[in-house]
Amino acid sequence: MPSLLIIIPLLAVLILNLPLGRIMNRASFWVTVFLCAAQARLAVDPTLPFWREPLPPLSDIFRSGTAVDDLSLVMFLAVALVTFSSVMLCRYWCEDEERRFNFVSVILLTMVGMNGIVLAGDLFTLYVFIEIAAVASFVLIAFERGRDECEGSFKYIVLSAVASAMMLASIGIFLMFTGGVSFAEAGEALKGVTTNPLLLLAVALFAGGLFIKSGLVPFHGWLPDAYSAAPAPASVLLAGVVTKAAGVYTLMRLTVEVFGITPALQSVLVAVGLASIVIGALAAIGQRDVKRMLAYSSISQVGYIILGLGVGTPLGFAGAIFHLFNHAVFKSLLFINAAAVERETGTRDMREMGGIAKRMPVTGLTSVVAVLSTAGIPPFSGFWSKLVIIVAAWSAGRHGAAATAIMASLVTLAYFLIMQRKMFFGLLDRKYEGISEAGGFAVVPSILLALVTVCLGFAAPWLFETFLLPVRSIL
Amino acid sequence: MTFEAGILLALLVASALWAVMTYSLVMSAIGLGIASAMLAILMYELGAPMAAVIELSVCAGLITVVFISAISLTPRMQDREERADAKRRLARFFPLPLILAAAAWVMFAYGDAVELPIALPQAEQGGVREALWEARSFDVIGQIVIILAGAFAVVILFKNLRKPGGERR
Amino acid sequence: MMISAELLLAGVAAVVLLICTAAYCVLVSRNLVRILIGLEIFTKAVTLLIILGGLAAGRIALGQSLVITLIVVEVVVIVVAAGVVINSYGHSLSLDTRELEKLKG
Repeated sequence: MPSLLIIIPLLAVLILNLPLGRIMNRASFWVTVFLCAAQARLAVDPTLPFWREPLPPLSDIFRSGTAVDDLSLVMFLAVALVTFSSVMLCRYWCEDEERRFNFVSVILLTMVGMNGIVLAGDLFTLYVFIEIAAVASFVLIAFERGRDECEGSFKYIVLSAVASAMMLASIGIFLMFTGGVSFAEAGEALKGVTTNPLLLLAVALFAGGLFIKSGLVPFHGWLPDAYSAAPAPASVLLAGVVTKAAGVYTLMRLTVEVFGITPALQSVLVAVGLASIVIGALAAIGQRDVKRMLAYSSISQVGYIILGLGVGTPLGFAGAIFHLFNHAVFKSLLFINAAAVERETGTRDMREMGGIAKRMPVTGLTSVVAVLSTAGIPPFSGFWSKLVIIVAAWSAGRHGAAATAIMASLVTLAYFLIMQRKMFFGLLDRKYEGISEAGGFAVVPSILLALVTVCLGFAAPWLFETFLLPVRSIL
Repeated sequence: MTFEAGILLALLVASALWAVMTYSLVMSAIGLGIASAMLAILMYELGAPMAAVIELSVCAGLITVVFISAISLTPRMQDREERADAKRRLARFFPLPLILAAAAWVMFAYGDAVELPIALPQAEQGGVREALWEARSFDVIGQIVIILAGAFAVVILFKNLRKPGGERR
Repeated sequence: MMISAELLLAGVAAVVLLICTAAYCVLVSRNLVRILIGLEIFTKAVTLLIILGGLAAGRIALGQSLVITLIVVEVVVIVVAAGVVINSYGHSLSLDTRELEKLKG
C-alpha cells in the first residue's frame, strides 16, 4: 500500500489536467496541499496499517519495491514537508494562475518521482525515478524561460545526464555478472566477489553518479547555478528534497543494502564528505547573491551527512539521517525567506540589504531560527544532528575528520551570523521603508518549518532513544 | 554471425566518431541517427528484436527529428566565419581519433586479462512482454510518469517560442 | 541465444570507445547541441552495454525490457534538453557555451 504514495499523486495530476474548466486551477493547489498533509500524517506513524497491508492489484505491480523502514519514513516526511512549502511559496511567488497550475502539476510529478525513489527496490527502477525527479526539476528550473534559468537548467541537465550514464553503465555491469538488477542480487554479487575489478568499477561508477546528483565536491559544478537561477519554489524543492532523495538518500540506501560498508567505501565517503564540508563553507563566504550563498551552504551540509554515513557506525548513520531531515527543513526555510526578501525588496544582493527585520518581523525571526540551526547552535535541531555526527566520527577514530568538521561549523556560524545581522538587523535602508511582510502563503510554511526546527531541537534528547535503536536494525 | 556483428560494431563506433568530428550540426545529427540504426540492427542480430525495433523507430527516427528541429530553430553564424572556425575546430577535436586508437590498442593487448562471465540462457518465464509488463511493472509506471513530465515540459518550454530577433512565433 | 566470448569482448571494447568519444565530445564542445549529441552517444554506449550484459547473463528478455524503458526515459530527457537549449538560444542568439558563463561565483 505504500505504493499509493506514487499512484495517488499521479492520478491527481491526470485528473486535475482534464479540461474541466478553471476550477481545476484552484483545485490543484488545495489537492496538493492535502496530499502533502496526508503523506506527512502517514509518515509520522509507522504503526498505521497503511504501511503494512498490501492492496492486491497494486502489490502485484509494485512487487519489486523495497520494504518501508525508518529511513523511508523520514524521507517521506521530508518530501511531504518540503513539497508543501514549495507549493505554498508557489502561490505567493507566481501570480499568473495558468502558469501556477502548470507549476503545481510538475511539483506533483516531482513528488511522484521522489516517493518512487524511496520505494524502489531495484537499481534500474531507482534510475527511472531519479530521472523522473530530474526531468521535473529541469522543467521547474527553466520554468520562466529566462536567460539565467536556462543556463542553470542546462548545466544541471548535462551533469545529470553524465551521472545517469554512469549509473546505467554500472547497472549493465551488474546485469552481466549477476543476471539481475535488484538490490538483493547486486548485494549478493558484491559479497561474494570483492576483488573483481569490474564489479568494483560498477560500484565506483554508481557511487560517482550519485555524488554528482548529490552535488558533492568535486562534482558540485551545477549546483550553485541551478539553485540560484531557479524560481523560488523550485529552489526550495530542489535544495530541500530533490538533491537529498536522488543523491544522498540513495547513497545511504545502497551503502547499506548493496555496497556494504567496506573500508574502501568508508574512506571515500569520509574524504568526499570532508571536502564538501570545507569547500562548501569557504565558498559560501563572499557570495553576494543570497541564494548562491545558500547553495554553497547546502553543499557543506550535505557533506556532514555523507561524513556521518562514511563513519559506518550506527551512531554515524543515525546522525546522518537526522541531519538529512534537519537540513531539508531549515534549508527550505532559508530559501523561503530569501524568496520573500527578494520579492519584497527586489534584490538578491545581500550587500544592499539592511535592517529588513523592522518591516518583515516574521521573516527575520524565522531566518534567525534557521541560521542558528544551520550553524549548529543549541537548542536547535541542527546542533544535535551535527553533534551526533561529530561524536560518531570521533569515537570511530577519525579525529582529524571530527576536528575539521567542528572548525568548519565554527566558520559557518561566524559567517552566517554576520550576514544575518547585516541583512535583517542594523539600519533600515531608506529605499526599503515601504516594504511589508510577505504574504500569508510565504509566512505560513516559514513559521511551520521554524516550529519543526525548534521542536525537534528541544525534543532531540528524548527522540534519540526511539531513533537510534531502530537505526541499528537498518544497518 | 560474429563477423556481421563485428562490422556493425565498427560502423557504430565510426558513425559516432563522425558525428562528433564533423563540422556541420545537421551532419552530426544524421551521424547519430546512423549510429542508432547500426545499434538497432546489431541488437536484432544478437537476438534482441523488440529492443531493436524501439531503438530504430525512437532513437534513429524520433530523436534525429528532434535534433534537426532544434538545429533549424536555432540558425547560427554566416558561412564566412564558419570556414575559419572549421580549422580551429579540427585542432581541438584532432586528439579524439588518436585517443580512440590508443584505447583500442590497450584493450587489444590486455584483453585476455579481463574475464567476462557468460552464462547459459536461463529459462525466463515468457519473453520480453512478460518481463516488461509483469516483472518490471514498476518501471512501466515510471515510464508513464516521465512521459507525462515530458508533455508538461513541451507545453511549458515550447509555447510561444520567440523567433530570433524577438518576434513571437 | 548465446554470445561468443570474442563478440562479448569486442562489444565491451566498442562500449569503451563510445564512452571515450562521448566524454570527449561533452568536455570539448563549444556548441550546446553538440553537447546533447555527446550525451546521446553516452546513451548508445550504455544501451549496448546493457544488451551485452543481458546476453552474457542469459537473460536477454530482462535486458530488452531495461533498454526499452531506458529509451523512453532518454527521449524525454532529450526533448526537455532541446527545449532548454532553444530557449537559451532565444536569449543570446547563439549556441556557444561561452555564453553560459554569465552565472559566476
